[in-house]
Amino acid sequence: MYTEKVMEHFKNPHNMGEIQDADGVGTVGNPVCGDLMTIYIKVKNNRLEDVKFKTFGCGAAIATSSMTTDLAKGKTLEEAMKITRTDVASSLGGLPPVKMHCSNLAADALHEAIKDFNKKNESGQEVKK
Amino acid sequence: MLSAIKRVNLDCAAGKPVDPRAIEVMIPFMKSSYGNPSTLNSFGQEAKQALEEARNGIAELVNAEKPESIIFTSGATESNNLAIKGFANRNKDQGTRIITSGIEHMSVVNSVKFLSTKGFEAVFLPVDKFGFLSLEDLEKELDDKTLLVSIVYANGEIGTIEPIREISKIVHEKNAYLHVDATAAGGQVPIDVRSEGIDLLTLSSNDMYGPKGVGALYVKEGIRIEPLVQGGGQEKGLRSGTENIPGIVGFGKAAEIAKQEMQTNSKRLITLRDNLIEGLIKPIPCAFLNGHPTTRLPDNVSVRYSFIEGESMLLSLDMMGVSASSGSACTAKTLEPSHVLLAMGLKHEEAHGSLMFTLGKQNVQEDIEYVIGLMPIVVDRLRAISPLTPKELRK
Repeated sequence: MYTEKVMEHFKNPHNMGEIQDADGVGTVGNPVCGDLMTIYIKVKNNRLEDVKFKTFGCGAAIATSSMTTDLAKGKTLEEAMKITRTDVASSLGGLPPVKMHCSNLAADALHEAIKDFNKKNESGQEVKK
Repeated sequence: MLSAIKRVNLDCAAGKPVDPRAIEVMIPFMKSSYGNPSTLNSFGQEAKQALEEARNGIAELVNAEKPESIIFTSGATESNNLAIKGFANRNKDQGTRIITSGIEHMSVVNSVKFLSTKGFEAVFLPVDKFGFLSLEDLEKELDDKTLLVSIVYANGEIGTIEPIREISKIVHEKNAYLHVDATAAGGQVPIDVRSEGIDLLTLSSNDMYGPKGVGALYVKEGIRIEPLVQGGGQEKGLRSGTENIPGIVGFGKAAEIAKQEMQTNSKRLITLRDNLIEGLIKPIPCAFLNGHPTTRLPDNVSVRYSFIEGESMLLSLDMMGVSASSGSACTAKTLEPSHVLLAMGLKHEEAHGSLMFTLGKQNVQEDIEYVIGLMPIVVDRLRAISPLTPKELRK
């Protein structure tokens, strides 16, 4: 049902964990729905210096979280905001259709984390420091 | 992570191996005795005789008054459809209210829901935290308009065995009729349709180590139902179509074996079941049993772990060679947590964290120990990934 790539990321997820002094944190989903993910970011010179995740959910939820952190790391904030759910799914070689929506939320969590960072740096100037 | 060193199937409710003795008796009915039981020639009569012997085997398993009370179908789903829709449509002049429970198989749920669009009234009764039907609610809901009550003998997902005798008494006091879905229970626990007061009973072949694609419906003498399938009038006109003779013969043999070996098998499975329950719960914090600890099917272990999700546990176990199930395999298509677990009062997140193991005759203590050894590794790893895990449980 899952691609080899999905299973690879499920078995050995990349960038799993928390960042204690994160510059931005984004959480999406709900345990009631069976999926909840939190993305932590560390920003330096407008770039995502570090990205980590924690996820409660199915295999697809864990694999998409892992892939999202891979895609985001090293990107500028603007580039990272453009990462979509579809990008994540296709980087994993596709997801079962039924998992496309509910378990593929990590890109949204990443965007939330960036928005959180932007909010903390209100004027937006600090984003470009 | 570990890699698979052996394969252990603990998802036997989804599919069971066919007993070799059942396979053996099936083969001649595909190779040489391939006649059609509706014909009068010697090939047909051979098949007819085998059909009636199998019918007798099923009747004896559930103590039916006579073999003719057994109707062969394509499986439990068809039997449930035939029982509920066939009975309701044939007897709607006697009542239009149908009562069932919140822990039924989808073939019962959807048959009852379908009838509710055709002028019948559907009532879904609650169950308690163990999955037992509330008898007070049953009594309360049974009125003069109630025609049929359909209750599962034991739900295959949580294993809880319902008090069928008491249910039957309440139902018949109000002059309604009782259908019992014994798909999971059939062949595992003794069922006596006469002393338990069952009017219609669903049985499945594969659930008792017969081939897939065969089931039966017991219809008590004197009860009238309407067929779902029109045709040549086989099975007393209640299920037209040439009988699946090899399948039915295998089912008959499986029922005969189940009756003979039930006591020995159940005793052995109950030991394995209780060892597995203990080993899956005791060593792991925030682990719980679903269903009743003792009034449960010998093959069923249903547990839940807080802070993690069932599918990721299934995948992890599968990578190490263990097949299990999360909720019902059928509901996996919807991504919704199992309606059965929710009906028992579990929260959505608890239902999502549930795992079901169903044992089979082929399982041994070594299988149980293998799974018990793996489970803490699986749970710890997923809890380390989950943001819901409290600090004290992180390793």
